[in-house]
Amino acid sequence: MLKIFKYLQKKDWVLILCSLIFIVTQVYLDLKLPDYMREVTVLVQTEGSKMSDVLLNGGYMILCAVGSMVAAMIVGFFAAKVAAGFSVRLRAMVFEKTMSFSMEEINGFSTPSLITRSTNDITQIQMLIAMGLQVVIKAPILAVWAIFKIMGKSWQWTATTGVAVAILIIMLTILIFVALPKFKVIQSLTDNLNTVSRENLSGIRVVHAYNAEKYQEAKFEKANDELTKTNLFTSRTMAIIMPTMGIIMSGMSLAIYWIGAYLINSASLPNRLSIFSDMVVFSSYAMQVIMAFMMLSFVFIMLPRASVSAKRINEVLDTEATIIDGTETEGKKDHSGEVEFRNVSFKYPDASDYILRNVSFTAHKGETVAFIGSTGSGKSTLLNLIPRYFDATEGEVLVDGLNVKNYQQEALRNKLGYVSQKAVLFSGTVSSNVAYGESGKNSAKEHAVKKAVDIAQGSEFVEKMENQYEASIAQGGTNISGGQKQRLSIARAVYRQPEIYIFDDSFSALDYKTDRTLRSVLKKETQDATTLIVAQRIGTIKDADTIVVLDDGKVVGIGTHRELLRDCEVYQEIAYSQLSKEELEIG
Amino acid sequence: MAENHQEQNRTTPPGPPHGGGPRGPGAKPKDFKKTFRQLISYCKVFLPLIIIALLLAMAGAIFNIIGPEFLNQITDLITEGMMTSIDLDAVVNVAAILAFLYGLGALFNYIQGYIMATVTQRVSKNLRTDISTKINRLPLKYFDKTSTGDVLSRITNDVDMIGQTMNQSLGVLVSAVTMFLGSLIMMFYTNWIMAISAILSTFIGFALMTFIISKSQKYFAQQQKELGKLNGHIEEIYSGHHVVKVYNGEKNAKETFHEINTRLYDSAWKSQFMSGLMMPLMMFVGNFGYVIVSIVGAVLAVNDVISFGVIVAFMIYIRLFTQPLTQIAQAATNLQSTAAASERVFEFLAEEELADEGEKRERLETAIGDVEFKNVRFGYSEDIMVIKDFSASAKAGQKVAIVGPTGAGKTTLVNLLMRFYEVNGGEILIDGVPANKLTRANIHDLFSMVLQDTWLFEGTIRENIVYSRNGISNKEIEEACKAVGLHHFIKTLPKGYDTILDDKANLSAGQKQLITIARAMIEHKPLLILDEATSSVDTRTEVLIQQAMDKLTVGKTSFVIAHRLSTIKNADLILVMKDGDIIESGNHEELLQKNGFYAELYNSQFENAS
Repeated sequence: MLKIFKYLQKKDWVLILCSLIFIVTQVYLDLKLPDYMREVTVLVQTEGSKMSDVLLNGGYMILCAVGSMVAAMIVGFFAAKVAAGFSVRLRAMVFEKTMSFSMEEINGFSTPSLITRSTNDITQIQMLIAMGLQVVIKAPILAVWAIFKIMGKSWQWTATTGVAVAILIIMLTILIFVALPKFKVIQSLTDNLNTVSRENLSGIRVVHAYNAEKYQEAKFEKANDELTKTNLFTSRTMAIIMPTMGIIMSGMSLAIYWIGAYLINSASLPNRLSIFSDMVVFSSYAMQVIMAFMMLSFVFIMLPRASVSAKRINEVLDTEATIIDGTETEGKKDHSGEVEFRNVSFKYPDASDYILRNVSFTAHKGETVAFIGSTGSGKSTLLNLIPRYFDATEGEVLVDGLNVKNYQQEALRNKLGYVSQKAVLFSGTVSSNVAYGESGKNSAKEHAVKKAVDIAQGSEFVEKMENQYEASIAQGGTNISGGQKQRLSIARAVYRQPEIYIFDDSFSALDYKTDRTLRSVLKKETQDATTLIVAQRIGTIKDADTIVVLDDGKVVGIGTHRELLRDCEVYQEIAYSQLSKEELEIG
Repeated sequence: MAENHQEQNRTTPPGPPHGGGPRGPGAKPKDFKKTFRQLISYCKVFLPLIIIALLLAMAGAIFNIIGPEFLNQITDLITEGMMTSIDLDAVVNVAAILAFLYGLGALFNYIQGYIMATVTQRVSKNLRTDISTKINRLPLKYFDKTSTGDVLSRITNDVDMIGQTMNQSLGVLVSAVTMFLGSLIMMFYTNWIMAISAILSTFIGFALMTFIISKSQKYFAQQQKELGKLNGHIEEIYSGHHVVKVYNGEKNAKETFHEINTRLYDSAWKSQFMSGLMMPLMMFVGNFGYVIVSIVGAVLAVNDVISFGVIVAFMIYIRLFTQPLTQIAQAATNLQSTAAASERVFEFLAEEELADEGEKRERLETAIGDVEFKNVRFGYSEDIMVIKDFSASAKAGQKVAIVGPTGAGKTTLVNLLMRFYEVNGGEILIDGVPANKLTRANIHDLFSMVLQDTWLFEGTIRENIVYSRNGISNKEIEEACKAVGLHHFIKTLPKGYDTILDDKANLSAGQKQLITIARAMIEHKPLLILDEATSSVDTRTEVLIQQAMDKLTVGKTSFVIAHRLSTIKNADLILVMKDGDIIESGNHEELLQKNGFYAELYNSQFENAS
């Protein structure tokens, strides 16, 4: 928790110090107010007091009230500045850090968790600081000061206040220990309820088809019962708070006057007036003490959540990116456009098993190399090693004759046109998506976008959209279909005119016809480029120069379609499952 | 990698990330009165309890209001005896009565809170149950236009909102209003000059507060907007991280981020500051009232218009008077949120349900398996017909394949067969009986079905296979799993059939699909539907599934939808659909010879890109 505050800057500390001064001022004024009231009480009870004296003291009281408010507002101002400034800075730090992460760190945290860490968790910290500056600092000062003020008066009254505070603390402690853990339980029970309902909704056809309505309802009812039971417990428990607070407040006033009557009665005549006026203002002080303790208890309720958030943010900030930038910007001239794997093995950092074992192959300039294998054979992982989403555990990955680790990441990536399995689109326009990022090349943007979209077989649908190339794309591309998304993400790669194309099963959402046309146009346009393709369909890859067959992370065959069909058992199995023997022979 | 993608898909909640999600407090209902009437009639059973609770709340408030009057008496008893001796017996009498009243008040308040908490939770529970049963009574049509996230948010967010706000609003509102009016009356009863000064001072404070709140709204809205934008940007960049990286889009992303972040800072500190003002202001309103009452009281006391006890009483009155004002405001917003949330819940509960089928007498205990479509017409909306004039018949035991491009209406046909949707024209006959003469449950009893989306729930493998049926023996389960080639794999799992299927379970997409096939297999029903059951798995796994399915289809009339044509070549009858009509039909060889649409579709799989 405290660790996160090391990110506060000197400027912030100055502001916090300033707030401290104003908080002290505020507490002073708050506690001064009853003092004047005491004066007034004395004046009222003394025969023949001057009206002007009463009004003068009244004037001071108003000044105190206004002064206290102004001081509190200034503290609020500083707190807001510090909290907002800090959260903005912290958020930027988390964002920048996340941007520097490789796939390994991202997967370690998981994307949704990183999103929550950059948004909600930071908001938690902002709230804690804003509240904290006003309450955490103020409460102890107020409590101690107010206790000092009342201590000298009478031990009976002080004891009364002590009892009130004790009741308050006992109640809050019980609540914190009894009810708060239940809130966590409620959260998980709610999740459970959600899971059951989501299950019913997503499988609504299955539920109907199996006549399983009653079954699902019974399941829901069980989750519902559990949730309701816990909810009942907590809300019945929480119902104690209000009445108890009420009786603490009013009971204390009553007790002070009750005790006061005895104190005054037993005091000597000259002291009586002073005790009386003490009594009148005593409840004001006592109320302040109780308020202070209440504020502190709020902090205790808020603190655990915020400290969890702080911990989560620190985790991100303390994680070092595992991919270290190289220095080279250019590869070897005579190896340009070449991708080579030399005995590459790969496993995820914490995994026990290798995903790729000893993979070697070379793709020369202008060649198409395809990868095929069943789900989990390591095809996508293999492609991920080229843009350094991950680094090879053993062996070398070379682009243009140079190990990818030696490149500046930016330079390496300028050579690549990568299209992922799941098309990713950003909110913006068609053209901002196609011309996304930086490629290190300058070209006439508008024309290049059009051409790229055309090659990706997207002109037809793009030109039908409103505003055509400037048509807006919603976040995640939700306003266009899967096939259209895939074509735009292909156009994005084409736009860069890369040396090396990487297609990670990027044609799956296209129908056979479009798939075929796209590939033949692409081939024409990108004769000089090296192409690496992962695919499921034999039809997509059978005309590749080289096909690499992967099985369980190992290369079990390299060659052309014909060669593999003849020699490679795994390839035959895959092929026969898709096409009949005769059809394959003709092809 | 693939595993990780799935992981993310699972943990990301469905539905749009912004809007449509949880609604914060303060949302306004469309028709407040109507919704409240609905809510009241929904709570009918609890109405007597609610009334008791409200009466208790009132009583509790009244006890608190008369408190200061007793303190006034005590103070006066003290001041009277100041110079001589205090009538302690009288003080004890008054104090004891007051203590008793305070105690009783607290007790009443707690009972009130207890009752309201109980009622609210019971109502919430009933609402949730009703929504959940409603889900299964709605026609599937409804879910075409409503997202899962939306329905889920009604079950949790909206009902929670009702639970929280109803609990805190009704009781508080009643006691606050009582407190407010009561202290008003008591103040005027005690002394009218003091009362007027108390009221005036309070309202000056509140006017100030209203002014500031209205000023701050703008910044709140702005902050929410910027925050929404920023979160959207973060979400988008993080989830497209691999693309951002490989396209060197980091610089761009950072620029956009800093731009929004800077704008956010501006509105964030302002709205933070504005909301921070509320506490000092509230304090000030309290203090200011206290000061005014003290001074005016002092002036009056000096002039012997009032006794000192009145001042003491008013010091408490001012608290009892200002407190309810904020409480009433809070309760009003709460009530509004209750109404807005209940409106959405009642809206859902009022959706049109599937037609009641209680009067249908026809029933097929089992079927031979003849299915006939007669001039079927259907559209998801009245004006656009997806199926235009569809006629076909399948003999018992035949394998019927339906092929065609996306959007041709293949899945629609299945939806009609299962009566998930009702036909607009024509009819479907099962063993010569029109499907709409049978109950839906009866039809579902005749069909087994495997869909493209593997639907498994968090539970053991056994539970997933048995699902809603009773009396399935372990032997039957194992036989089904042996038939789909899954038995051996399950046996290798540490917990075998009791392995829980959740995020951690390491099952491939194909294995998951096999489980749903096993689920369909133990049914022994005369008709079978396979809707793209193998499209999400790789081709080698598909062969396994294919073998399993061929076992499943023996002796049953089966309808198979597939987009990989290799899977359906051995069908008895292939129906080629395009734009909602059958354009060709026959078996594989016949269709190839025709050299029509099917042949074109079939051949396009194998052509080279050249």
